Amino acid sequence: MSQVAGSELTAGGLAEHVSPSLFATRRVLIVNDVQDVTEAVGDILVGYVRSPIEDIHVVLLHPGGVKGKKLLTALRKAGVHEVAAERLTRPDDQVAFVRAEVRRSGGRIDEHAARQLVESVGGDLRGLASAAGQLAADAPDGQVTGQVVSMYFEGRAEVKGWVVADRAVEGRTGEAVEQLRWALGTGTDPVLVTGALATSLRSLARLAGAPRGMRDADVARDLGIPPWKVRVLRGQLRGWTPNGLSQAIRAVAEADLAVKGGGNDSALALTTALVAIGTARAA
Amino acid sequence: MTVWDAVVGQTVVPSLQRTVADAAGYLRGGPRGAMTHAWLFTGPPGSGRSVVARAFAAALQCPTGGCGQCSECADVRARTHPDVASLVTEGLNIRISQVRELVPRAALRPARGRWQVVVVEDADRLGEDAADALLLSVEEPPERTVWMLCAPTAEDIVPTIRSRCRVVNLRTPPYADVARHLVASEGVDLETAEFAARASQGHVGRARALATDAEVRERRAEVLRLPFDLADIRQCLDAAANLVEAAKADAEKHCDALDEREVDELRKALGAGTTGRKPRNIEAAVKDLEREQKLRRTRVQRDSIDRALVDVLALYRDVIMLQLGVRTELVNEEMRPSIDRLARSGSPAATLRRMEAVVAAREALQANALPLLQLEAMALALREG
Repeated sequence: MSQVAGSELTAGGLAEHVSPSLFATRRVLIVNDVQDVTEAVGDILVGYVRSPIEDIHVVLLHPGGVKGKKLLTALRKAGVHEVAAERLTRPDDQVAFVRAEVRRSGGRIDEHAARQLVESVGGDLRGLASAAGQLAADAPDGQVTGQVVSMYFEGRAEVKGWVVADRAVEGRTGEAVEQLRWALGTGTDPVLVTGALATSLRSLARLAGAPRGMRDADVARDLGIPPWKVRVLRGQLRGWTPNGLSQAIRAVAEADLAVKGGGNDSALALTTALVAIGTARAA
Repeated sequence: MTVWDAVVGQTVVPSLQRTVADAAGYLRGGPRGAMTHAWLFTGPPGSGRSVVARAFAAALQCPTGGCGQCSECADVRARTHPDVASLVTEGLNIRISQVRELVPRAALRPARGRWQVVVVEDADRLGEDAADALLLSVEEPPERTVWMLCAPTAEDIVPTIRSRCRVVNLRTPPYADVARHLVASEGVDLETAEFAARASQGHVGRARALATDAEVRERRAEVLRLPFDLADIRQCLDAAANLVEAAKADAEKHCDALDEREVDELRKALGAGTTGRKPRNIEAAVKDLEREQKLRRTRVQRDSIDRALVDVLALYRDVIMLQLGVRTELVNEEMRPSIDRLARSGSPAATLRRMEAVVAAREALQANALPLLQLEAMALALREG
C-alpha cells in the first residue's frame, strides 16, 4: 500500500504504483489532495479508472471545493466509485456516528455513553472512530457502558463558551463553573466566554421586555436569532426578574473588564461573574 | 494677525513669547535664556495642546517671532515647513516604527537655519517601547533641535521622558474666550457660539463642531435624551445599542470615503491600473494600509462613544448642581426644566452613583472592553441609580 500527495504524483510514479507487485497480490494507492495533480497525471488517472488492473486499487481523496472540478467530472464519467464524506458538526450526528462505529465493530453502546465519548474525545471523526473501535474490542462482551467510557476517557476535549452561558442562565451555577473550568483548561479564550454570557443575557433581557403575546417569529426577528432558539430562551427566562437580569449583565461587564486586563486572574473574574449571575437569578 | 490668534484662552502665551525672544537672541549669539530643547504641553482635551505647540513652533521659525504673515508662519500652518515635523496617530497607539522614522530626522540641522522642531501630538499614546526609542534623542538632541510633546497630563508620559521636558500647563479655556474665538474665526452668531462653548465645556474643537454643524448639535440632543428614557431594561439595552450604532455611523461617515480614497491613491502610487509589469507587493501594501485604517476606525468609534458619555456626564453634573441648590450656570441651560424634573426624582447620592457608572464605562472602554456590554451595564446602572 502506498500513499502520495497529489502535488507530488508524476506520470512515472503513478505507473510504478499501479503496476502489479512481486510481493503481494493486492496493491492500494492512496492519492491525497487529488485536486493538486497536474493535468497530464490527471489524464492518466482518468485513463486508469476507465481500464483498471485487477487487484490494484486507487483511492483518490478530494477535500471538496471547486479546485480540480474538471478532473472530478472526468473521473465520474469514467465510472469512479464515489463516496461522499459529509462533515459532521451537530453533536447528535457525532453521537449517531459513534454508535454506528461501535456496532460495526461488533459491540453495543447506549446513547448516554456515546454522548460521553463525544464529549471526551471531541469532534475529530478519526479519533472518534478509533476510540469507538477500541472500546468495542475492550469492553466485556462488547457492551460499552458509561462506566467503560469513563475508565478509558476522562475529561473534556472542548467546551464552548455558550455551554457555560447556557448553564449559567439556567441557574445551574455549579455546573456552569465546572464547564467554565473545562473550557479554560482546554484553551477556550476567556473573551469568548464573556461574549457568550453577554449575548445570552442580552437576548433574555430583550425577550423579557418584548410585548406579551408577541409571536415567536417576530421575537426571533427582533433578537436576530433563529426561531427555534426563542423557545429555548423562553425556557431559560423562567426564574428571572428584570432586576436580576440587570444585576447579571452588570456582573458580566465587570468580568469583561477584568478579562481585558483590568484584573490579574480571568478565571477568578469569570467564576465570580457566574456566581453573581446565579445570585441575581435567585434574587 | 499673529500665530497666537489660534490659541484660545491660555495665560501661558506671554511667557512663551518671551521664550521665543530668548530663542531669537540665542540664534544671534546671545544666551539661551528660557529656551530649552524639550517641551511638554499638558492640558485637558480640547484645550489646544497641539495648537499651542504649533503656534510656538511657528513663532520659533518666524524671523519676527510669529507674525503669522510670512512664509515661515504660513508653511508651519500648512504643515509643509521642512523644519517642523509632526507625529500624529489616527490609530490607538504610536508605534515604535513611527518613532524610529522620526528620530533620524531630529538629528538633522534645520534646513532653513533656525530650529529643527518635532511635534509629537498625543504623546500619551506612546507605548513603552516607542517612548524608549524616543528617549535618547529627547535627552540629548543636537543643538538646534526642539522636541514638543503634547499629552493630557504629565503623568501620561513615562518618567524618563517627562523629566527631560519643560512642562507647560494649559487650562480649560473660559467659555467667554471660546465663544469670542468662534465668533471671530467661524463667523457664527454670538448665541450659537455661547451655547457651543458651554455645551462643549471649553473643548475648542468640539465647540467648533457644535457651532458649525447642525447634525452634530442634533446628535448631541439625542444623546442627552438617554437619561430620560431608562424606564425598563429593554429601553436601557436599546439606548446602549443606539449609542454603539451611532458611533458606527460616525465612523462610517468619517472613514468610508477616506479609506477608499487612500487605497486608490496607494494603488495609483504603486502603479496599479497601468500597463506593463505590476509590482508584486501592491496587495501586501494595500493590506497594511487597510490594517491601519481599521485601527483608525476603532479609534473614531471609541472617541465618538466617549464624547457622548462626556455629554451625559455633564447632564448629571447639572442634575447634582440643582439637587444641591448650587446657583450656577448649567452646562445644558436650555434643558433646565427637564433637568429640574430629573433632579427632583432622585437623591444626590444616586446621582453621584450614576456619574460613577458613566466614568466607569469610559474607563472600561479605554481598556478595550466590549463597548455594547459596557454601555448596557452603564445604562442599567443609571436606571437603578
